[in-house]
Amino acid sequence: MKKLLVYLKDYKKESILGPSFKLLEVLFELMVPLVVARMIDVGIDGGNKEYIIKMFFVLIALGLTGLISAITAQYFAARAAVGFAKKLRHSLFCHIQSLSFSEIDKIGTSSLITRMTSDINQVQSGVNMTLRLLLRSPFVVFGAMIMAFTIDVKAAWIFVVTIPLLTIVIFGIMLLCIPKYRKVQEKLDKVLEITRENLTGIRVIRAFCREKEEKKEFDKRNEELSVVQKLVGRISGLMNPLTYVMINVAIAILVWQGAIRVNAGVLTQGAVIALYNYMSQILVELIKLANLILNMTKSFACGNRIQAIFEIKPGITKESGNINLQDGSMTDVFVEFKGVHFAYEDSREDALSNISFSVRKGEMIGIIGGTGSGKTSLVHLIPRYYDVTKGEVRINGKNVKDYPLVSLREKVAVVLQKAVLFKGTIRDNLKWGKKDATDEEIYKALTIAQAKDVVEKKEEGLDYVLEQGGKNLSGGQRQRLTIARALLCEPDILILDDSASALDYATDANLRKAIQDMKNRPTTFIVSQRTSSIQNADKIIVLEDGELVGIGKHEQLLNHCKIYQEIYYSQFKKEA
Amino acid sequence: MEEKRQNNTIKKVLKYVKKYWGLLLFSIVLAFVSVLLSLYIPILVGDTIDEILGMGQVNFIQVKRLLIGSLILAVITALCQWIMNIINNKITFQVIRDMRKEAFAKIQELPLKYVDTHPYGEIVSKIIADVDQFADGLLMGFTQLFTGVVTIIGTLVFMFSIHWKIAIVVVVLTPISLFVARFIAKRTYNMFRVQSEYRGEQTSLIDEMVGNQKVVQAYTQEEEILEKFDDINEKLSEASLKATFFSSLTNPCTRFVNSIVYAAVGLSGALSAMNGGITVGALSCFLSYANQYTKPFNEISGVITELQNAMACATRIFEFIEEENQVLEGAKIIDEADGNVRLSQVCFSYVPEVKLLENFNLSVKPGQRVAIVGPTGCGKTTVINLLMRFYDVNSGTICIEETDIRDMTRRSLRKNFGMVLQETWLKAGTIADNLKMGKPNATDEEMLKAAKASHAHSFIKRLPNGYDTYISEGGGSLSQGQKQLLCIARVMLCLPPMLILDEATSSIDTRTELKIQEAFARLMKGRTSFIVAHRLSTIQEADIILVMKDGNIIEQGDHDSLMKKNGFYANLYNSQFITVQQ
Repeated sequence: MKKLLVYLKDYKKESILGPSFKLLEVLFELMVPLVVARMIDVGIDGGNKEYIIKMFFVLIALGLTGLISAITAQYFAARAAVGFAKKLRHSLFCHIQSLSFSEIDKIGTSSLITRMTSDINQVQSGVNMTLRLLLRSPFVVFGAMIMAFTIDVKAAWIFVVTIPLLTIVIFGIMLLCIPKYRKVQEKLDKVLEITRENLTGIRVIRAFCREKEEKKEFDKRNEELSVVQKLVGRISGLMNPLTYVMINVAIAILVWQGAIRVNAGVLTQGAVIALYNYMSQILVELIKLANLILNMTKSFACGNRIQAIFEIKPGITKESGNINLQDGSMTDVFVEFKGVHFAYEDSREDALSNISFSVRKGEMIGIIGGTGSGKTSLVHLIPRYYDVTKGEVRINGKNVKDYPLVSLREKVAVVLQKAVLFKGTIRDNLKWGKKDATDEEIYKALTIAQAKDVVEKKEEGLDYVLEQGGKNLSGGQRQRLTIARALLCEPDILILDDSASALDYATDANLRKAIQDMKNRPTTFIVSQRTSSIQNADKIIVLEDGELVGIGKHEQLLNHCKIYQEIYYSQFKKEA
Repeated sequence: MEEKRQNNTIKKVLKYVKKYWGLLLFSIVLAFVSVLLSLYIPILVGDTIDEILGMGQVNFIQVKRLLIGSLILAVITALCQWIMNIINNKITFQVIRDMRKEAFAKIQELPLKYVDTHPYGEIVSKIIADVDQFADGLLMGFTQLFTGVVTIIGTLVFMFSIHWKIAIVVVVLTPISLFVARFIAKRTYNMFRVQSEYRGEQTSLIDEMVGNQKVVQAYTQEEEILEKFDDINEKLSEASLKATFFSSLTNPCTRFVNSIVYAAVGLSGALSAMNGGITVGALSCFLSYANQYTKPFNEISGVITELQNAMACATRIFEFIEEENQVLEGAKIIDEADGNVRLSQVCFSYVPEVKLLENFNLSVKPGQRVAIVGPTGCGKTTVINLLMRFYDVNSGTICIEETDIRDMTRRSLRKNFGMVLQETWLKAGTIADNLKMGKPNATDEEMLKAAKASHAHSFIKRLPNGYDTYISEGGGSLSQGQKQLLCIARVMLCLPPMLILDEATSSIDTRTELKIQEAFARLMKGRTSFIVAHRLSTIQEADIILVMKDGNIIEQGDHDSLMKKNGFYANLYNSQFITVQQ
């Protein structure tokens, strides 16, 4: 949590001015009992009517200046808190974006979302309250103590003893609550997770008639959340009553002491009233403070959760290398795998083991193999979505780790298996490939991707608005648009990761032909289940259980590679 | 308008609270007791001070008695407060638990159309963030509203009993603070609504982008997205600043009114004390009452802003809960359908402007395998949406065993279908949890059998903890094909009488697919199945192949007859050899 405070840096002025004005307000407030004491001692006892009226106006003036200071303080506090939250959200979002695939796999989307939303909101309101009240309360408490000293030193010692005792109680309760609040947020994560799941998987859930079970599961998690919340409530609810009793004990001692000292003629009755008033003020302040502390405790717990995300260092950083992609020695070999091993985190076995092959510029490479044989893992190593565990991947003779990440990824376009599109127009979506793409360029890419008709069928054309995830398009339409998006990048390396699976054969064939006919033909990797998609490739890589079991042209493999034969004949058995 | 909406919301909130009226009543009683006692204590202290007149004029016995009395009362008060806190906590968290429960149940009742057309993040934000905000407001309301009201009444009574003239001064002046509070609250309600809306918008963006972080990174779009994010962030923070600042004005303003009241009491009290109308001790007590009397006004005004915010959130939640449900279902239950499916004169479109299916007819006999092929966007998936009743036909009928599916319960309809979609969906949990989804009481042997039949067993057993491996939302690092294998195993385990495979094997290699098909053929003997696929090898063996184009069936028959026809299907089929001939 402490580290998060750097985001207040830009609001130094506000964070100082806010509490300062608050102090000013308190100062005026603290003068009130003094003025009243004077009213009683000088005014009533002296029978001075004018003095009383004068003091009345002093009270009003104090109230007015207090009001102005308070409003100023609230303004600065709000500005600082809101600004702080804005900065924090921005940085957290940036940080999440910098995380690599393995970290995202591990944390999970839901948890990231609660941290970005609910946790930050909590911290924001915590900072706001803190700036407004945190300084105020101790100031009132200590101010009251100092004022007590000006009235009577001996009586004031009661304040000196009471205040640390109160502090211990308050902080003790706070320390008890922080871990509980963290638990609350964790349970909230779980509730969020199931909510999201039920939205994304609504079709499957309904198909399996799982509504009741899901409701039951939700109720369970919801109940768990509620139980922890109530537990925290019970502990934190102690704060007010406990401090109330303590203050009343202090008041009793104070009055008793006062009685003794008045009897001895050291104190006046008015002074006892003033002392009593100061103690009451502490009580009032502590009630406010209790609310604040609860809020702060919650914020602390949330802040720590946010901090935890910041502490996850991205496994693959942007600043990795500084070599220009073009700088590499212009060897014949463009992409090269050298003894590559790769395993997912927390996995016992290698997803890929000892893979070596090389590819020339402009070649079309087919990758085929059984389900889970490591095809996707292999291509994900090229743009460094994951890093190899052993061996190296080279582009243009240089290790991929030596290139700056951004320029590497700009040159390598990947069409992922899952065709993801975003809310917005088709044009906006395609421009992800190239920010300043002209319509002409877009149509060119669409034509190659066989997606021109998708756009042309829509009345709005490129301005057709897609819903989240492109839900208002069919799977095949989505796939073609994602291919067009990738082509707009004008990549040196194009990776199609089973991204034509929803296309019919004719479209698929036309797509491949169009890519081959491109002027600056990218080096293309095609991952596919269909032998027809890759049998014309310059090279076909056959994978089985993470190992390379065959590499070569279609005819060669058909003659020599057993696995390839099996795959091929499973699709063309009639001809066999 | 706005006000009416607010009142409606309050009524609905009360409905949730009503369930706990016993507890609520107890809480009010406790509030009453603790407030009365805490008000009585200053009287005791005031009396005590009156016993301390000056040098040598202190009645120590009396002082001692009064102080001990006040201490005992303080302990009782504290106890009441604590129990009250616990009760209020309990009510609040149970109420929001109930609300969340209902909102979640709503997700299960909504027509798919709603979910398909609303960003997930928006709905999530309602169930999580809005409900949380509402809880905060409600809790504050409970703890401070009652005690506040009781304090006001109590202090009034005490003040009148001490000195009615000064009491009237107080009574006349304090409502000003309520007016001020109301004035501010009215203006801030909308600001809170705007804030809530921007929050929803931001959550949607976060949900969409963080959920698809991999694509964002693949296209190095981090900066562009950040720009978009910052844009909303800026708007949110502006709205937030307004709402926070203006609502926070209430407190200083009412406090100012209070200090006027306080000064007025001081003035009138002091003047009256000069004439001997009131003792100094009573005046000090009175002043402390004036403080205590005005404080709840202060708090209540604070609570009002918080409640405003809470109500804005509650309104959004209720709007969601009150969304129209999916159309009522019929009552007929068919336990095990024989597999007769008939679609007659079915017309359907998602939006009225774009026609999709028109006069669609199809009759399937038990045990037939029906394959649907055609160019993308021709309506294949739509047929499945209709069969499963995710959407309802606009006109025409779909019958199973001669029963209109609208006359059946959805549950019995869907229990008769096993569905595997191209979009694999797995929930966070172990592999076993996911497999047993359709049949929670399945034994491990049954599960193993299904996993083996679907050829998922070999990769599952290689996972770190085999069937007990925990997979995160969306399947974690499993490959698309592996996820599809799991989905197939899931269906094979519950084995319904009819089967729908919508591009179910698109990411699975053809060798494995062949084996899975054999397994299906064995398991599905005599069961009707619908298969949507692009891979023609997947559908060659089907009994009926429907070739669809633009929402209509243009060809129909088995593989051989369609090939002979030399039409659209034959073209499609031959196209897969084009590359070979090149």
